[in-house]
Amino acid sequence: MTMIETDIHPAIDNPALPMFLPEDQMPSRQGDRIIQFREALREAMSEEMRKDKRVFLLGEEVAQYNGAYKVSQGMLDEFGPKRIIDTPISENGFAGMAIAAAMTGLRPIVEFMSWSFSFVAADPILNNAPKMLYMSGGQFGCPIVFRGNDGAGGQLASTHSWCVEALYANVPGLKMAIPSNPYDAKGLLKTAINDPDPVFFMESERMLGDKAHVPEEEYYIPFGRARLAREGDAVTLVSFGRPVHFCLEAAETLAAEGIEVDVLDMRTIRPLDIESIIERVKVTNKVLVVDQSWPFASIASEVVTQICERCFDWLDSAPARLNTADVPTPYAKGLEYDYLPNPERIVGAVRKLINA
Amino acid sequence: MTQATAASSEQSPMNTAKADSLPMQAPTAKTATELPKEILVKWLYDMQLIREFENRTMQAYQQAKIGGFCHIYTGQEAVAVGTIGCVNHDDPVITAYRDHGHALARGMTPEACMAEMFGRTTGCAKGKGGSMHMFDRPNWLMGGHGIVSAQTPMGAGFAFAAKYELEVMGTGKKKVCLCYLGDGALDQGCFHEAQNLASLWDLPVIYILENNGYSMGTAIERHTANFENLVDRAKGYGIRGIEIDGLDIMNVYDKFKPLADECRETSRPAFVDLKTYRYQGHSMSDPQKYRTKEEVDQYKDKDSIAKLCADLMDMGHIDETGWKAMRKEIADIVRASVESADAAPIPDADELFTDVYANPEKNLSPTATYTHGTKNPLM
Repeated sequence: MTMIETDIHPAIDNPALPMFLPEDQMPSRQGDRIIQFREALREAMSEEMRKDKRVFLLGEEVAQYNGAYKVSQGMLDEFGPKRIIDTPISENGFAGMAIAAAMTGLRPIVEFMSWSFSFVAADPILNNAPKMLYMSGGQFGCPIVFRGNDGAGGQLASTHSWCVEALYANVPGLKMAIPSNPYDAKGLLKTAINDPDPVFFMESERMLGDKAHVPEEEYYIPFGRARLAREGDAVTLVSFGRPVHFCLEAAETLAAEGIEVDVLDMRTIRPLDIESIIERVKVTNKVLVVDQSWPFASIASEVVTQICERCFDWLDSAPARLNTADVPTPYAKGLEYDYLPNPERIVGAVRKLINA
Repeated sequence: MTQATAASSEQSPMNTAKADSLPMQAPTAKTATELPKEILVKWLYDMQLIREFENRTMQAYQQAKIGGFCHIYTGQEAVAVGTIGCVNHDDPVITAYRDHGHALARGMTPEACMAEMFGRTTGCAKGKGGSMHMFDRPNWLMGGHGIVSAQTPMGAGFAFAAKYELEVMGTGKKKVCLCYLGDGALDQGCFHEAQNLASLWDLPVIYILENNGYSMGTAIERHTANFENLVDRAKGYGIRGIEIDGLDIMNVYDKFKPLADECRETSRPAFVDLKTYRYQGHSMSDPQKYRTKEEVDQYKDKDSIAKLCADLMDMGHIDETGWKAMRKEIADIVRASVESADAAPIPDADELFTDVYANPEKNLSPTATYTHGTKNPLM
């Protein structure tokens, strides 16, 4: 895979971005190389680590334990303990450390076992990584990837079920990627590792075991390009990460009633592919944003605002949003399901929008 | 600024294409009295430069030429100059927000430092960082950090990076990172995490506690437990610690130099409780009701610049005439830095949106379009 020199800030040494292929030349999403989401992540990291010694992985249980969620299984054997590094439970310490390493030109991948644990590292990841280039007046960049599980797991209750998208995407200087499937997970993580800016990469404990065809060859998915996962004409559903699956399930139910909806998988939150949303809104004239974080000042709020600013005249009714319930995440299984933007809630929201 | 010639820096991940005119290597002398005259006189020069620079900084602040928070280094000069004098030019240095002294000791020009505080394009961060965020990449100054103790995990990180380069990439060389902190930072959790990581992973970082006795307005006996035995605390992490009288730069060198050499050689962290004193308040807005004038005067009687000057006169390295001429030269240089900062351009409105992203793709913001902007004056 050829890397291309692009217009990268002079603070970044040896910059290279992968060659992004046009959509129709990307390797097929169909095939029989069925692997898990976690294996796709591992493949992305391993491929990049083989090519670039600046890249290393650190985090809790990533090495000897083979990953708390087995994402990094086998990587210690291949790359050794100097590049696959077990850390103490010390997020503030190791995140700050990795940021300094990134300033000097290394390319750390920091695994948070859960993004819920990233708050104790809020100062380094929010106050240093995204601002380093700016506050040093363009002297030091911070090419780093923070990745881990985001969102409700399985009955983990309120402290371990955080969706950090809205809180963190607020900060200029960072990028945020959030794949919904194994194919995108590999392509987006490879891009994240090569990107010269700090990338916050959102995974989901509930999707790590998801299986799909993932091409063996290398490929890179550019940031800021949404994927139309399903095409319809009644309503455009805009989503990202795990709720894309809730949308696709809801779309099946609605199709049985003769209602065909779009499902737009945003793939990255910052940058946000607003053009693709506008393009579909011009077709369906109705839009529902499905977001796994809380409603107040959420990503859905941002998307709805941009829709109003950019294509208000194409709307037949007010743009709608569906978030998790505006409460701390409950433990009880049924309550947790009701809390999520689940397929039944999406179906209800679409019906309401159509009848509006 | 001249082009660097060191081949290793070309292969290292961080390319510092420009280096300054300071000596690239630390002196080898075991004790300060064995140091060549040029180095000792340069120390006096650098300390007086910081003193004069800070006096002018206060003046400019009072004239509202400088805004925000501004923390003055006066009184602590022997610490920055003495410890930085023990290491190589490409050993990373990181500190907190009382950072003007470290910037000058590292070789940043007074113009770039003053202009930064004036918020001008010729400042080291093009007017985007201000007093608390001094960065100088060609001189390996990794910031100026505004949050108390945030720099301590990063100090471990620069040591980690040097070791990684050497062991994994086969480039670079043995380095030691100097990470400064005030006594207030002792109480932050991340400093304890940093010490744990540094010891656990054998990282060559020296935590230099600039112990001036106050965490803002809270005296050390009121803010940290067992404050008389801080070295014991480091020992708890398996980190070697020593106390140094930081008001005598010759003593700083004698004690710190072997420690820095050992840290580099053995790749083990160290901790230094460097006793010092700040003459001014915590920041420019501090009425200093928590200490007496007598206490301050008592330290001024032990002033580190006066001490070094007297020592150098005893050694015959400088005389009254020379000292007077040096002060005059420095006063002129600092005055010129104020004048040049005052005359320097303020940043264009366009500069607001530059240096935010290294790869500024479209749709990163609903309202902003980002670009790379003007070249940093230090790079």
